[in-house]
Amino acid sequence: MPGHAIPVWFFIGALFLVYGVLIFGVGIYQIFVPPVGTVVLANLHLTLWWGLAMTAIGLIYVIRFWPSRRR
Amino acid sequence: MSHLQPLGLLVFANPHLMSLGIPDLAIIAIYFVLVLGLGLYLRRFAGTSEDFFMAGRQMTAWVAGLSFISANLGSLEMMGYAAATYQYGVLVAHAYWIGAIPAILFLALVMLPFYYICKTHSVPGYLRLRYNESSRLLSAMSFVVMTVLMSGINMYSMAVVMKVILGWNINFSIWVSSLTVGLYVMAGGLLSAIFNEVLQFFLIWLGCLIIPVAGLIETGGWSGMLRRIQSNFPGQDFTHLWSVTGSFSSNAMGVHWTGIVFGWGLAIAFGYWTTDFLVVQRVLAAKDLRSAQMGTIIGAFLKMLVPAIVILPGLLALAVLPYHLQPESQAGLPGVHTYNEALPLMLARYCGPGLLGLGVTALVAGFMSGMAGNVSAFATVWTYDVYKPLIRKRATDKECLAMGRWCSLLGIFISIGTAYLVMNFSSIIIYAQAVFVFFIVPMFGTVILGMMWKRITPAAGFWGLLAGILTSFLLWLWVKLDPSALHLVAFSGDAKDMAENLYRAVWSLLANVVVTLVVSFFTKPKPDHELEGLVYGLTKVPSASGYPFFQRPVTWAAAVLGVLILLNVFFW
Repeated sequence: MPGHAIPVWFFIGALFLVYGVLIFGVGIYQIFVPPVGTVVLANLHLTLWWGLAMTAIGLIYVIRFWPSRRR
Repeated sequence: MSHLQPLGLLVFANPHLMSLGIPDLAIIAIYFVLVLGLGLYLRRFAGTSEDFFMAGRQMTAWVAGLSFISANLGSLEMMGYAAATYQYGVLVAHAYWIGAIPAILFLALVMLPFYYICKTHSVPGYLRLRYNESSRLLSAMSFVVMTVLMSGINMYSMAVVMKVILGWNINFSIWVSSLTVGLYVMAGGLLSAIFNEVLQFFLIWLGCLIIPVAGLIETGGWSGMLRRIQSNFPGQDFTHLWSVTGSFSSNAMGVHWTGIVFGWGLAIAFGYWTTDFLVVQRVLAAKDLRSAQMGTIIGAFLKMLVPAIVILPGLLALAVLPYHLQPESQAGLPGVHTYNEALPLMLARYCGPGLLGLGVTALVAGFMSGMAGNVSAFATVWTYDVYKPLIRKRATDKECLAMGRWCSLLGIFISIGTAYLVMNFSSIIIYAQAVFVFFIVPMFGTVILGMMWKRITPAAGFWGLLAGILTSFLLWLWVKLDPSALHLVAFSGDAKDMAENLYRAVWSLLANVVVTLVVSFFTKPKPDHELEGLVYGLTKVPSASGYPFFQRPVTWAAAVLGVLILLNVFFW
């Protein structure tokens, strides 16, 4: 990719981070207000764990590929 | 865009399988904002035609490889293969393994050096260098037509999916998603398409991986899933790749192993993966030959993993759904869910608010990555292989760049027009899949013979290509007019549509090779000096011997091949 462009990995990390925080927040909310409907394995709180994993991966990528660190 | 998409005519039974909440809509909205923002940001790096059409040839192996595989990973393909898995079982995984991996590795090790060294901008461009203008025009025109046709079909199909799953208006889905793609490709060209494809690759995996993870937890692992399938469908075999292909009637797909190996694994897979510019363009944008080769091999490895998010959900649907899905002919009956709903139903089963938005975004991302692939490839082939040689021979770089930008948008509008055409004449979908085989298979014969043997003449290149296309078309027409001809074309009256496609591909390739060889013997080849950099024996391919063995493309290709063999043995 062009040497002076922000690496694509940074954008991926940023998206993961934003999504992760959002989904994690929804997961927390669902602990107190469980979703209405018939989601299987709701007791495992997949939303919360998935959000947490995405936040962690996103954070690692954002820090690792932060634009100013490469200039 | 897949070479054989099993989804076919989209018929769904139940409107509004899911409804989205505010977090889901926010996730989708963020995605659209990001892809558009990315396109606008990358516009500054597309200042020349080389930047716009070839992303400046600066991609690393990972970026090229991820983009290579993402451009192929459409959401309709994902839904279609999940549905086909529910119907036929693991047999469908042939599309991802023997129907892709050997061809991708062959591209990486054998064909890419020639494409890369001659610095062609496109596969039709290679045909001009190797053969003549007529071969280039035949292949460019067929590619342009096929690309917008398939793109329009995918666009319409995706809009139908969104309407049925989420209740979205068809016009809204078509215009919003396609104009978004058009704008970001128009702004940043191939670089923008590639960046977004890499992003989309991760989104697709992230959104779809929830199903196998949750499904395997629910069933208690792989063996638990198999036990449940056997209990739900006693006496039926859903978990074997080869042992059920001894005859046409021993498997639900109606295919024989010879059709899978020679039709799917050789003719169609090699045609698609080694000559379809939609995918080849991604790796030609790599910064050097080794990166292009490694990127392709990375793509092969990732392709091999795709069944985890496509085939496994289909198997899990067999295991956990409390009812049996039905053929599309049963759509509309009360309480009936059809095969095509397998993936959305599994998504709705495990995903509550938040995760559901992620899953839907994955489907939208899959559609958009395929669409961007079509648009950027269309713009390149149109500009370099039709506009410049036919319409404006002295076009400057600036004019080519402007043409590329505008025809990205034009490609979108033509695709939208095709989508509305398909809306009114839905049988076009069936014909288009057949037409796709007409063009893509003989291209492989023409390219590979030209690459490997300098004696193949320019006239042979053109007539071989034409003969392959005509053979495929005439065989298709013959079976359409006289269904009893199927036992001659596909060697069995028990062959189904898929099997007919596979054997037609073999005949097409054979006709192409025979005509190319025969015409070559009666016509004059090009002199050696005109074939340097284009043909084996006259091209100096850089050796990888200077690299340690673990950095050589051939080492990693062998590793991927080894895993492929293990998978086939495991699911034999």
